[in-house]
Amino acid sequence: MGKMSVNLCGIELDNPVIPASGTFGYGYEFAEIYDINLLGTFSFKGTTKDPRFGNPTPRIAECTAGMINAVGLQNPGVEKVIAEELPKMRKVFHKKVMANVSGFAVADYAYTCEKLDKCEEVGWLEVNVSCPNVHGGGMSFGTSPEAAAEVVRAVKAVTTKPVIVKLSPNVTDIVAIAKACEEAGADGISLINTMLGMRIDLKTKKPVIANTMGGFSGPAIFPVAVRMVYQVSHAVKIPVVGMGGVSTAEDVLEMMLAGATAVEVGAANLVDPFACKKIIEDLPRVMEKYKINSLSEIIGGC
Amino acid sequence: MKQGIFTIAENIALTDSVMKMTLVGDVSDITASGQFINILLDGLYLRRPISVFDRDESSVTIIYKVVGKGTEKMKQMTVGETLDILTGLGNGYDLSLSGEKPLLLGGGVGVPPLYLLAKKLIAEGKTPTVVLGFNTKSEIFCEEDFQALGITTVVATADGSYGVKGFVTDAMKTLDYDYFYTCGPEPMLRAIYSAAKTEGQFSFEERMGCGSGACMGCSCKTVTGYKRICKDGPVLRKEEILWEK
Ligand SMILES: Cc1cc2nc3c(=O)[nH]c(=O)nc-3n(C[C@H](O)[C@H](O)[C@H](O)COP(=O)(O)OP(=O)(O)OC[C@H]3O[C@@H](n4cnc5c(N)ncnc54)[C@H](O)[C@@H]3O)c2cc1C
Ligand SMILES: Cc1cc2nc3c(=O)[nH]c(=O)nc-3n(C[C@H](O)[C@H](O)[C@H](O)COP(=O)(O)O)c2cc1C
Ligand code: FES
Repeated sequence: MGKMSVNLCGIELDNPVIPASGTFGYGYEFAEIYDINLLGTFSFKGTTKDPRFGNPTPRIAECTAGMINAVGLQNPGVEKVIAEELPKMRKVFHKKVMANVSGFAVADYAYTCEKLDKCEEVGWLEVNVSCPNVHGGGMSFGTSPEAAAEVVRAVKAVTTKPVIVKLSPNVTDIVAIAKACEEAGADGISLINTMLGMRIDLKTKKPVIANTMGGFSGPAIFPVAVRMVYQVSHAVKIPVVGMGGVSTAEDVLEMMLAGATAVEVGAANLVDPFACKKIIEDLPRVMEKYKINSLSEIIGGC
Repeated sequence: MKQGIFTIAENIALTDSVMKMTLVGDVSDITASGQFINILLDGLYLRRPISVFDRDESSVTIIYKVVGKGTEKMKQMTVGETLDILTGLGNGYDLSLSGEKPLLLGGGVGVPPLYLLAKKLIAEGKTPTVVLGFNTKSEIFCEEDFQALGITTVVATADGSYGVKGFVTDAMKTLDYDYFYTCGPEPMLRAIYSAAKTEGQFSFEERMGCGSGACMGCSCKTVTGYKRICKDGPVLRKEEILWEK
């Protein structure tokens, strides 16, 4: 085991850095600018049962130290993801990938996960019960312990691969939801998804985002994410994947000290397409600076 | 796409609100006219997309209107300062579809990308004509640049204070062309779409997250499926366009 390697639900990662769903496509476009096999893995764009265009534009608003997105789970649907996107991905990425799944009904989640579970290149299923950008789905499952647990049970019943449940920060008691998912059989928890946010354009006096609200992410939410990773990782025994505002190798260490086994990087990839590569290449330097021999030793060490 | 550090070699005012900036650095990824660059500015989270006006072996020139925080910061920058820029973004105009007498139609800060396009068309032996649309005389820029290329340059002003009175579509009616290229505000693009007698290409704008195809922030529906303005665009062919909203 290398100094940077970690074990996520039984699969070894060369390093804990994982581009987050929705900020890395299916990887092959980033593979044009660097060798994406240097990543721990990556989580591909949220996949739903049926194809989705998503929300009207504008879908993006700038914020201080962050951004709001209201993409609304644009994706070609699970059949096309498997038939068209994964074969393109496989040509450039040779590690197990994380399949991110969203749905509008419990049965949708089970349907999509069952299909992706059969794909050899998929290592983990990341079940997103936290998308703030779609009505009547996504986040509504992640804001109640019962609903989240029901999704987990339905997915676990039809899959064999580790199921990581991605939680929303837009809740009063994230620990209760995480525990409910663990009890329902989840193999891991990832958090946080975006925080519900809104911007108003002073020139038009209207919301910047066509959908009025969207998901706020980027460095501004990092302290909230660290806090929630800390709370959840102390309450559950399954591994936690931490994310929210991670932009530097120092942030990775902080997330891991809070209790994250691996760390996802979202918005930073949009501003700097080389962000994950730079973070991974910088990790040995900051590990040395803070006298860390092995990353897996610092998980939850704060 | 390439990331590079560029040094400002020039940053001058063309009108009250429009600036021209020349940036020296690695421009090898800028392969077509109609492409854009994405500029990171201190203290602002997202990059600012700006079209390529011109390029040579070692520099790229842009023309930008000061409209908000980012462009205001750019205006304050001085020669010798550096910027982190992504280059080679967007598909750019497709020259292979052009006729012998293409018409280039630009409105306001939609004018800049037409300049490198005109140069490239001329190099291919075509005879472009350009129509530049502005609100009023004091807002006109780049007329001499196009004239210096030796091509017919028509200026239209909405208030009639200079050149043809009216919109670029008014000037368009009187001109002979067998293909067209355009960039400008959406109402102008819609008017051209209705008025045009031939096929052509349109350059669009959208609020962007990444500018490089990763986030799906800039998607639009077209006849040939969903496209990302930043990666599959910003240039779309007339027959692909679906007007919505
Ligand atoms: C492909 C493309 C090419 C462009 N080329 C040019 C050009 O050559 N010259 C020029 O003057 N302008 C151009 N624009 C518009 C330019 O990007 C905006 O004027 C600029 O981003 C405004 O930034 P700001 O910080 O000054 O404004 P603010 O209003 O403070 O910006 C806030 C946020 O909104 C975004 N935004 C605001 N207006 C626009 C817009 N019209 N299009 C996209 N995003 C916007 C900004 O990027 C930023 O993320 C282009 C836009 C696109 C998409
Ligand atoms: C443009 C964009 C699209 C996203 N799409 C998804 C998605 O499809 N599925 C998902 O689970 N999370 C999605 N997210 C959330 C991120 O994966 C991540 O949880 C969140 O942005 C917090 O991390 P960050 O602050 O590093 O961006 C998206 C985020 C952004 C910015
Ligand atoms: S702005 Fe991110 S895909 Fe176009």
